[in-house]
Amino acid sequence: MIAYLIRRLLYAVPILIGVNLLTFALFFVVNTPDDMARMQLGIKRVTPEAIRQWEQQKGYDKPLFYNRAADGMGRIADTIFWQKSASMFMLDFGYSDDGRNISREITTRMWPSLAIALPTFLIGLIFYVNFALVMTLFRATLLDRTGVALCVVLMSISSLFYIIGGQFLISKLWHLVPISGYAGGLNSFRFVVLPMVIGVVSGIGSSSRWYRTIFLEEMGKDYVRTARAKGLSEPAVLFAHVLKNAMIPILTGVVVVIPLLFMGSLLTESFFGIPGLGSYTIDAINAQDFSIVRAMVFLGSLLYIAGLMLTDISYTMADPRVRLS
Amino acid sequence: MNFMPVILWSDALVFLLIAAGIAMVWYVRRHEYLLLPWRRVGESSVAMVCLLVLSCFLLVGLLDTLHYRAALKQGAYSPEVLSVFDKLAEPLRLHVEKTYSAPFALTLYAKESTLDSQGRVVRAYSRLKYGGAGLSDVSGRDADVARRAAAGALTGLLMGGLMLWAVKARRRAVVVAFLVICALAGATADLAGAYHVLGTDKVGQDVLYLSLKSIRTGLIIGTVTTLVTLPLALFLGVAAGYFRGWVDDLIQYIYTVLSSIPSVLLIAAAVLMMQVTMDTHPDWFATSASRADLRLVFLCLILGMTSWTGLCRLLRGETLKLREMEYIQAAQSFGVSSMRILSRHIVPNVMHIILISLVMDFSSLVLAEAVLSYVGVGVDPSMISFGTMINAARLEMAREPVVWWALASAFGFMLTLVLAANLFADSVRDAFDPRLNRS
Repeated sequence: MIAYLIRRLLYAVPILIGVNLLTFALFFVVNTPDDMARMQLGIKRVTPEAIRQWEQQKGYDKPLFYNRAADGMGRIADTIFWQKSASMFMLDFGYSDDGRNISREITTRMWPSLAIALPTFLIGLIFYVNFALVMTLFRATLLDRTGVALCVVLMSISSLFYIIGGQFLISKLWHLVPISGYAGGLNSFRFVVLPMVIGVVSGIGSSSRWYRTIFLEEMGKDYVRTARAKGLSEPAVLFAHVLKNAMIPILTGVVVVIPLLFMGSLLTESFFGIPGLGSYTIDAINAQDFSIVRAMVFLGSLLYIAGLMLTDISYTMADPRVRLS
Repeated sequence: MNFMPVILWSDALVFLLIAAGIAMVWYVRRHEYLLLPWRRVGESSVAMVCLLVLSCFLLVGLLDTLHYRAALKQGAYSPEVLSVFDKLAEPLRLHVEKTYSAPFALTLYAKESTLDSQGRVVRAYSRLKYGGAGLSDVSGRDADVARRAAAGALTGLLMGGLMLWAVKARRRAVVVAFLVICALAGATADLAGAYHVLGTDKVGQDVLYLSLKSIRTGLIIGTVTTLVTLPLALFLGVAAGYFRGWVDDLIQYIYTVLSSIPSVLLIAAAVLMMQVTMDTHPDWFATSASRADLRLVFLCLILGMTSWTGLCRLLRGETLKLREMEYIQAAQSFGVSSMRILSRHIVPNVMHIILISLVMDFSSLVLAEAVLSYVGVGVDPSMISFGTMINAARLEMAREPVVWWALASAFGFMLTLVLAANLFADSVRDAFDPRLNRS
């Protein structure tokens, strides 16, 4: 398994290089640093000196890929690509427009994100799976049909509605918890609970329906018939046999997002004023801070690839027949 | 001529889609085996009612796509680009109040300082300029609303009934749904001339007008995006599955790279870069409408470029399975060329996957537009869309009393559109999915 994981890690390298090149092309080739300088400094009445100064400040005054002026390693190292893009492999994301170290911001901001995203994820998962199991247990009855109809309606509602509606109902009308904000430590509970509830509710529709499909597919298999023939009750068949066998498709969709929980959710965090990575990203987008957006794109794909590897490992734990080699 | 037709980029793409749609219908009608799954869709009442609702949205969107510039005097044309829908809904468009007013209100939402007849300053709710303007007695509003609603609904029912009689519709659910829609449309049309049925927004624009205008933006995002997704996913997916080897490796590499970036971030990065390009080249756009329109087209392009990977993976898997089938091997041993095998034997057999995934994607794209506009990487702020409506109205929930109507209308219209699309997509999937066994 160790050998397999090392090979997977090596596979990840070209993908990350691809992501790196893609973001580099998006941010530096589609628009030259000159365009960006003009954009940041105001479109009209920008002197060439101001542009040059801005580029020098940011370190954008170097050639893109190959520096003829330098010698030795400097020809490659003293370029925008090497200093701004390749350095991300060392998790060095450089500085944002307001002069802060992006890597340090990320390490402090990921904890509030995690404080919201992790409980939402866990409670959501348990709730959706159980709801789907109940629908499967009562399949083809009125309960199941109502459940499915409810799911379709819930998944047709915009996620913005859940957030705005939830904030309005729970915080403004009932005054149960603060509308937005965040505090560290145990105090954070007051602030976490509403985004968590909204996060869980907004996922009911699509997730429960998806799990129900998985369970129904398993219900048609031979081992279920065998289990019933043994005289097992329907709930026993469902919870002991079907749930276990449905683990593989469930894990495929679920484990991959676990590392991404660090990134938080853009919408939730910006609506609730949570100082996590999601609101960091959305602020960067609104302020057009390209170095932060670039860093988040790279971090996102790094975590996604980590999630894919975790998925493989989880298979071996859920199903002893799976051998990674 | 007293108008000049204008074809914006998005209009052209819509016409292209309509042409493709007509060609598809014509082709399917000539082939019985292709018609069969559609017959199954047609048997479902839910699907037909949803189709009816969707066609109403489509009609509004299409009318809003026929753009023109009205003639001024001396052969010059107005710089304002209007659509046929704008012309039809002229009272809605021109009845602009000062600021917020609630649905069916006769007065503004907030008190205003005005001078009364003796020249003193009084703070009072002033009457709206257009909402209920014909009404002399304020207390007669409810009766007037009821009278207009009943008259409009009756006219709508009558016209709907005539139409149904002309086409000899039978299915009860469809007939009932059609009549309900006709009655609603009739009542709304009658009321909208005299009142603001869904209230007005911050700058006094009629919310009903804004909601109806948003439909086109949502539909374009949901449909034009497929013009990008479909060819990319189809060519690359089928090529990867059929040729294997280095072609497969390369294509897999491309889509793994693209799909490993969280989609919102990728879209945000691409849109930000597009903004820089558009800001540094202001000379590309003649009018502000063409600028907003081009941004919409670019947004569709970006959404398409980032969302083809899922479909591509599905098509690759299916092609891998198909190429091992006997009939493909037979064709290969007869020396049929790869291009011909692909176009005659592989592509027609993956069409159901494409169709299912396109109808399923539509609703998520409509929903995504609102989220992207909120994040700040959606449509142009000057373009009317569900996202910009929600964005403008969301802070008003903190007011006292609450300004709820703009948000409620945007969410309501969006829910109706997406729900109908979701239910229709489910029926299409059930009818086309060969895995579902039916006798």
